[in-house]
Amino acid sequence: MTTAPLLRMREICKRFGATRALDGVSFELHAGEVMALIGENGAGKSTLMKILSGALDPDTGTMQIAGRPYAPGNPHEARNTGVAMIYQELNLAPDLSVEDNIMLGQEAGRFGLLRRSEQRPRVRKALQLLGHSELSPETPVHRLSVGAQQLVEIARALVMDVCLIVFDEPTSSLARHDVERLFEVIRKLRQSGIGVIYISHFLEEVREICDRLTVLRDGRSVGSSRLEDVCESDIVAMMVGRNVEELFPTVPHTLGDVLLVLNGLSGEKLPRDVTLDVRRGEILGIAGLVGAGRTELLRCIFGLDSVVTGRVQVGGFVARCSPSAAIATGMGFVSEDRKGEGLAQIRSIADNVSYSRLRPYSRFGILNLRRRDESVRVWMDRLQIKSRSPRQPAMELSGGNQQKVALARVLHQDADLLLLDEPTRGIDVGTKAEIYRLMGQAAAQGKAVIFVSSYFTELLSVCDRVAVMARGRLREIRPADEWNEQTILHRAISLDEAKP
Amino acid sequence: MNETTEFSQTMPAHGGRGAASVLRSALGPSLGLLLVLALFSIADAVRARIKHKEATFASVATGQKILRDASQVGVAALGMTMIIIAGGIDLSAGAAMALAATVTAWFFRDDYSTATAVIAGLLTGCATGFVNGSLISLLRVVPFIITLGTMTIFLGLGMILSGDTPIRAFGKPPDWLLNLQTPYPVPEWLAVSSGVWLVAVLALLVAGLLKYTVFGRHVFALGSNESTARLCGINVPLLRIAVYTVAGLFVGVAGLFQFAILSGEGDPKAGLGKELEIIAAVVIGGGSLNGGRGSVLGTISGACIMATILHGCVTLDIRTSYQKVIVGIIIVVAVTIDQIRQRRLSR
Repeated sequence: MTTAPLLRMREICKRFGATRALDGVSFELHAGEVMALIGENGAGKSTLMKILSGALDPDTGTMQIAGRPYAPGNPHEARNTGVAMIYQELNLAPDLSVEDNIMLGQEAGRFGLLRRSEQRPRVRKALQLLGHSELSPETPVHRLSVGAQQLVEIARALVMDVCLIVFDEPTSSLARHDVERLFEVIRKLRQSGIGVIYISHFLEEVREICDRLTVLRDGRSVGSSRLEDVCESDIVAMMVGRNVEELFPTVPHTLGDVLLVLNGLSGEKLPRDVTLDVRRGEILGIAGLVGAGRTELLRCIFGLDSVVTGRVQVGGFVARCSPSAAIATGMGFVSEDRKGEGLAQIRSIADNVSYSRLRPYSRFGILNLRRRDESVRVWMDRLQIKSRSPRQPAMELSGGNQQKVALARVLHQDADLLLLDEPTRGIDVGTKAEIYRLMGQAAAQGKAVIFVSSYFTELLSVCDRVAVMARGRLREIRPADEWNEQTILHRAISLDEAKP
Repeated sequence: MNETTEFSQTMPAHGGRGAASVLRSALGPSLGLLLVLALFSIADAVRARIKHKEATFASVATGQKILRDASQVGVAALGMTMIIIAGGIDLSAGAAMALAATVTAWFFRDDYSTATAVIAGLLTGCATGFVNGSLISLLRVVPFIITLGTMTIFLGLGMILSGDTPIRAFGKPPDWLLNLQTPYPVPEWLAVSSGVWLVAVLALLVAGLLKYTVFGRHVFALGSNESTARLCGINVPLLRIAVYTVAGLFVGVAGLFQFAILSGEGDPKAGLGKELEIIAAVVIGGGSLNGGRGSVLGTISGACIMATILHGCVTLDIRTSYQKVIVGIIIVVAVTIDQIRQRRLSR
């Protein structure tokens, strides 16, 4: 490769107050190459990408695009130079059509009048380039699936003649077949000579789609290599800076009595007629596609959604359908939606951990805040939550640490039955391993854990049994070692062909 | 661990670097109050020099009057602080306050005992809050709409009760009740009128309630994220009814003040527009209409800022119309400053 690389970042440094977010990061990206950028949360990936996209200025260091110096003053300028970002959260106007969204801010027009005849071919060409000319430009975006919405976002970048697209955790909210579709699109982008930076926590995905990877740790680029030259444990070791003995630590645990019995449980739409039982000391995984009703099942068990028929029995008692009753019978729920539901973001860690169990610190309704903070601190130490103090607002923590706060709440509550909905989504490998360990410890203490995840590998490695759900129904439960990823997927989509 | 003051509830207190920002957020409105006081004192002094008169603003009497004026809005705003922290709003507070005053006047006019009349007024306040809370919880309609409706309902009820003219009960209420809102303290050794002391005590109670009780924690939880509150087993509908009912009690107290200001008259229309002053006090004091933020110290400062502007304008012979403009500007400025601060915090 003798031509100048498409992107060259050299010795990029950025400080925020006393913390060094980036400390001399350098890498190169060639045209038609897909490069993975990986690292733990807080390693500096998002800061680096903010600099690349013009949202932040570097303190020192230089960037070049196709050999020419590049120093965007703002995201708009970056876009005009041909750098586009596709974020985890999509930035679309849900009520506008596919075409209007794609052309938003760059409409073809004259005297303020829109010229659809001029726009339409450009939109079609972009969709065709993505291999999805079946998407109708007139469809309102809110009618599309999340995966299709993402395509719209990518098409928006394409009509601007980009040369470089950054995907930031693009698959975390996608179902498996949407992921496949996205990968097809990325391959097409690669063929047409566009450089792609792919940020992800999923090493399997990285292996599937990327040519090369660059690992960031503590604001430095610690290594860059072709994917076929490294194995999984090398990558993880590079990311965490130590040898992770295993990605999926297990704690030996033994099965006890039956704790939870579901009998023909149905919610308003989902789930439908679910019957199962969970024992103390068991980790039950629930696999399925997005929309299979896994979240709804947990919400019904916990009383957040109403149960239409069937019943939930915990330790022999039939539970009344409300979160407070669920907590009283010993259940704890960790929501998949950390921001919207899981945590009160502006409140302190101590508040968030203790909301579901303030009684031990109160006398006639009056709280002993010091005692509460002390015991919250114990949990923070146990879960290694990195923060200044228990009084720090939850929103200032990184995603992984926020997830630990949510977990600390159900552990602090001393729940017997832990309902965990995607507890490892969007967090780094090291923290994931810690969460698996905590789940194993809980099982070893005779608690029962129900673990919902879209990441089949972790279910297979961590759970005792795995149940597969599709269209609200429980399809099958088997011990984890009798499943593999293909059989789970097969079961999960077996009756799901109807969906595009 | 820092425990700035019992009042500081604007942000969760945290150690280290956070201490400064906590102090700033809790003291911001108080500093604003000092600033406004200083501005008017200077303006008054300058004017006195030019016109060869005596400066009258910077005096004990002004302080007494400002605090007296602030106490009526302030006490109702204590309840509103809780409502706003819990993510709600109460547009009916002004009408409810006047209704409470009218009920009190009705009982006095018909020669019931003082205790009956006072308790009836307070219970009326609680009842209005209970109605608001219950409707919001049961009908699942946003508080803004519900209280917009009950505002008119409470006004109408007051007019039905009074037969469209204010109820006069002159000479019947005891002196201690009417003295709650005298501009000058009676007896004099109180330094400020007894109503102000009452509000001070209630403010301490509310601050303690918000910070040191399970109820208070739950109120903040509800306001910062209702879903989380539900998830943590908090009975959201019940909590909301409780918040509105407790806030109603404070509206009842404000009603008694209203009754005292009119020296024993209950006018159902006297509360028109008061709800906006009450909400403004909370908002100037750093309360967020998105819920989850607000402080007692801030609210009290907010009420005092508005009373100060009112008095300052009177002293400086500024017309009422200009006062309104000034208060409006202060509200916008206060909220803007608060938002800038929060944006910086969340970055």
